[in-house]
Amino acid sequence: MTNQTLPPSSNVVRLDAEAVSLDSVSLWRITWRRLFRRKSSLVGLGIILVLILIALTAPWIAPYDPLQVLIGVENVKMRQAPCIHLLGCPKEQPQHLMGIDGNGRDQFSRLLYGTRLSLIVGFSTVTFAIVVGTILGAFGGYFGGWIDNAIMRVMDVLLAFPSLLLAIAIVTVLGPGLINALLAIGIVSIPAYARVVRASVLSIREMDYVSASRALGGNTVQILFGRILPNALTPLIVQGTLGIATAILDAAALSFLGLGAQPPTPEWGSMLGAERNQVFTAPHLVFFPGFAIMLTVLAFNLLGDGLRDALDPRLAHVSK
Amino acid sequence: MMLQYIARRLFAAVPVLLGILLVTFALARMIPGDPCRALLGEKATQEVCDRFMREKGLDRPIHEQFLFYIRDVARGDFGNSIRFSQPVTRLLVERLPTTVELSFSALFVSIVVGIPLGIISAIRHNSWIDVLTMVWANIGVSMPVFWLGLMLAYVFSLLLKDTPFWLPPSGRVSAGMDTTPFYEVWSLTLPESGFWRALGEFLARLNILNALLTGNWALLRDAIRHLILPALALGTIPMALIARMTRSSMLEVLGQDYIRTARAKGVRYREVILNHAFRNALLPIVTVLGLSLGTLLGGAVLTETIFGLSGVGRILYDAITARDYAVVQGFTVVIAIFFVVLNLIVDISYAYIDPRIRLN
Repeated sequence: MTNQTLPPSSNVVRLDAEAVSLDSVSLWRITWRRLFRRKSSLVGLGIILVLILIALTAPWIAPYDPLQVLIGVENVKMRQAPCIHLLGCPKEQPQHLMGIDGNGRDQFSRLLYGTRLSLIVGFSTVTFAIVVGTILGAFGGYFGGWIDNAIMRVMDVLLAFPSLLLAIAIVTVLGPGLINALLAIGIVSIPAYARVVRASVLSIREMDYVSASRALGGNTVQILFGRILPNALTPLIVQGTLGIATAILDAAALSFLGLGAQPPTPEWGSMLGAERNQVFTAPHLVFFPGFAIMLTVLAFNLLGDGLRDALDPRLAHVSK
Repeated sequence: MMLQYIARRLFAAVPVLLGILLVTFALARMIPGDPCRALLGEKATQEVCDRFMREKGLDRPIHEQFLFYIRDVARGDFGNSIRFSQPVTRLLVERLPTTVELSFSALFVSIVVGIPLGIISAIRHNSWIDVLTMVWANIGVSMPVFWLGLMLAYVFSLLLKDTPFWLPPSGRVSAGMDTTPFYEVWSLTLPESGFWRALGEFLARLNILNALLTGNWALLRDAIRHLILPALALGTIPMALIARMTRSSMLEVLGQDYIRTARAKGVRYREVILNHAFRNALLPIVTVLGLSLGTLLGGAVLTETIFGLSGVGRILYDAITARDYAVVQGFTVVIAIFFVVLNLIVDISYAYIDPRIRLN
């Protein structure tokens, strides 16, 4: 890039260089460059990459089977505090970085496996909500009239419930379980995407290139999915990234209440929920799963915020 | 003009309220198994069930059933709880005050801390206090309420035991605390049942309000001490959101020409910040406040289960495990209506803050 060779202090020259490079560099390239300029989004992206790596390699890096009860196998007690050899725990005791849980299982291994579930939860619910929300929002925005009215009023009603409460009510009807919890979270997230897509479609459908496409004989599906939606992606990407954070948080909350993942599945929320009454006697069993949830949610929030600023140059000066 | 605006907003809320009733009605009808055995228990005989279906109008066509449901809700009749053997309305009067008190305390904490932090960060843009606030705000937004609550309880109730900073980990008031309702202290005679009785009991169960009304300072102090940890846990996410939004909104306004003009003509800095900048930055802050209300009410469910508060959250949790559908349905409707009303207040406050909105 030309601007890399310029002295960083000369702002005017740099702006010019960027303006010149706008002609030849794609929007994605600029976005990436803006994203990488922000330390916080880099931190978020870094954490997400590490989490994905952990999720993929869990069977190899976890020292124990997450479901294996170690009492009777090793010299360990229920809810035993962490034993880390480097920090002075006697060598003859087996090492358990995050201690032993209430059922005599290795907490660290369960935590590593829990990464898989959390990421799956985040990506799957958001994918579901994006697909349904995009279809509804796109049709509403493109056709307008009563279709739009009907869709958006249903979305208004869904938004009228506090999201976690509606998710709880849906799971009550469907019955507790991870899949039902995912479905519930997916359903309550739909309105956010439908609104975002509708707003974009409303502004894009009046553009000249859409009219041109119509004049050339393109059918509705082609115009909507081939011409309009690809240009409405930007806000959807931002909303989706931030949505993953919310989905993970809500799924953990449902599992914490016993409505999501069921034992013995190693899920962070249910791990925390199972041991919540032991917070005074075995705080490590509550601390680590909660910290893992926070870190994951934080990473997606940081990346989402970074993407929003990178994709929307108007915001760039506000939260640098 | 303002009245017209309020009327328009109220009118717009009607379809949403109907939608809420339709959704809860549909959810209750989607419960697997027949409604009689779901409500009366597995042991109910066919004869009992037939009578039950007739009495409740469940043998009628579905649209008639929905109309009956709206009529019952309008009368304040949400059916009976099988687990508590009480009308759901009675449970609402008993449990709702805990949640309302908790949610409002959390909202209070988040506003009182979040807005000044956001303003200071914007004024001292890029200083250490700004960086610190933003790091903290990012972490705060990502914090699971239930985890934060447990950690706060661990620190303030266990680690800080025997220090002046100790705070109780559960309950609303200490055992033996005098919580005589204000209407008894004032020697008011309330009717045995009905709306005024329910309202009186509801208000008396808001401990802080009751303590203020009766001048019971020991109760006030005790109730506040019990509320600090849950309100902090519940208020953290909205607090972080408000701080972030206040900061970015203030930064945007502070860059405007009229701020420079105000400074140039000699208006004091403090006055410029509070009267010129903050007033104009308020709209997005109120929007975030409105959005936080949902998080707050949902989070209240989690916070109550942690701090042993017998509010809506606790009863919903119990009702779900006992498959007590009438309770789940009744409480969901009431909270959703409460949420709609709060959002209506937020909408109306928009018009107050920015008169241009009234015209559109």
